[in-house]
Amino acid sequence: MEIGRGAEAVITLEDGVVRKWRLPKSYRLPALDEHLRRERTVREAKIMSEARRCGVPTPILRDVSGFEIAMEYVDGWTLKDVITPALSELVGEMIGRLHGCGIVHGDLTTSNMILKGDRIYLIDFGLSFYDRFVEAQGVDIHVYFQTLQSTHDQSEELIDAFSKGYRRSYPAAEAVLKRVKEIKARGRYL
Amino acid sequence: MIIFGLEGTAWNLSAALVDEKNVLFEKMATYVPAKGGIHPREASQHHAEHMARVVGEVLQEAKDKGLKTDGIAFSQGPGLGPCLRTVATAARVLSRKMNVPLVGVNHCVAHIEVGKWRSGATDPAVIYVSGANSQVLALRRGRYRIFGETLDISIGNAIDKFARSVGLGHPGGPKVEALAKEAKDYISMPYTVKGMDLSFSGLSTAATEAAKRYPLPDVCYSLQETAFAMLVEVTERAMAHAEKKECLLVGGVGANKRLGDMLTSMCQERGAQFFLPERKYMGDNGSMIAYTGLIMLKSGVSTPIAESKVNPGYRPDEVDVTWAEG
Repeated sequence: MEIGRGAEAVITLEDGVVRKWRLPKSYRLPALDEHLRRERTVREAKIMSEARRCGVPTPILRDVSGFEIAMEYVDGWTLKDVITPALSELVGEMIGRLHGCGIVHGDLTTSNMILKGDRIYLIDFGLSFYDRFVEAQGVDIHVYFQTLQSTHDQSEELIDAFSKGYRRSYPAAEAVLKRVKEIKARGRYL
Repeated sequence: MIIFGLEGTAWNLSAALVDEKNVLFEKMATYVPAKGGIHPREASQHHAEHMARVVGEVLQEAKDKGLKTDGIAFSQGPGLGPCLRTVATAARVLSRKMNVPLVGVNHCVAHIEVGKWRSGATDPAVIYVSGANSQVLALRRGRYRIFGETLDISIGNAIDKFARSVGLGHPGGPKVEALAKEAKDYISMPYTVKGMDLSFSGLSTAATEAAKRYPLPDVCYSLQETAFAMLVEVTERAMAHAEKKECLLVGGVGANKRLGDMLTSMCQERGAQFFLPERKYMGDNGSMIAYTGLIMLKSGVSTPIAESKVNPGYRPDEVDVTWAEG
């Protein structure tokens, strides 16, 4: 069953296994197309595993082959539908750990977070990369704040709660949160 | 309404007269560097030298046809400072002398607006690629938001630099495109997409290096294939994110047929529509400034002389789009 389709990949669910398959693009040369899809599939899988080692819950990988990642299905609530300040604080803690490990997620929206029991899982590492610079971490959080502002009421409380959790788990948090304000002032869309 | 527009941000000095429906006249004078790339001062001297003739010819045609001009639009930026000042000075004089309102137009926004006007796109994601700019934009909450752009040099600049380094002369785009058609093999090149942003300077250098070891057509081909794939990828992501069903290609590099073909193919795969204006409206031209000035004036925007200072770093997302919704 298809459960998601983005610009880059199709996601299916069967027997408790989620498969993310990167779509071929006919506009680019087959050699380049295959190289990019293979490289990104491997990188995404690698970053997902590494994030979990850093204390960020991510789906357990079942298999990585060619252009496809097979992983555990996390059966829970999309954070978009259930977020509260207390949960946003947990997100802050989680992202603090992720950034502390040198990983930037690249698409931090509440649709990419799943609440199962008392844990929040982070999914879709398709745009993630390794970067320890304040700028990249700031943009990461800026995207999350923008999601809060555009899709949730009481976004101020959610942002404050996130910042509290982020400060608790990431020693360099202050500089990043300051940069987020600067990024916002630049008025770039993303 | 009839508006006179003056463009001269870089290589092309161009004046035009448009109304709501048509381009009435357009005249231009193109600066071709004796060697190397565009020299800002020489380009501005070129514009100053040809200003009277180019402007005069358009105004004379208007007079012959008995047309009355309702406003003067000029490109206020972004662009080369000396060129912008030459253009702005001429525009201020015309506005005063003819006693009609002046309107400062953002050059990037003008590329988008003329593209929409001439191709029939209504609310597209726009890929704007030229010698100076490489941006992917879409209208959202009253402004053309920049979804992705180059972090260093533009795609046009990358191709031109490479072309000059292998002795193809300036501008290199058409020559690289022609040579690419004779290619036999693809050579792997650095593909640099960072989130929604792009980088071309490493690619340009890699192509220059590759030309020392591989046949030139293969290098031209590989440079184009890699750079354009990067651009199309970011454009597709912007379309998905901004939920746009149309894609519009503008800017001088838009004349490259391979880029248009790749975008067409991407749009087909996602059930979207691809729009391409006529070639003469893709590069810098006076009509785009005149037309954008026209829709701005109609929506009540004008630029008092005191606020008509040029802005070489003018960004498209600084402009409040009062004339369109998306």
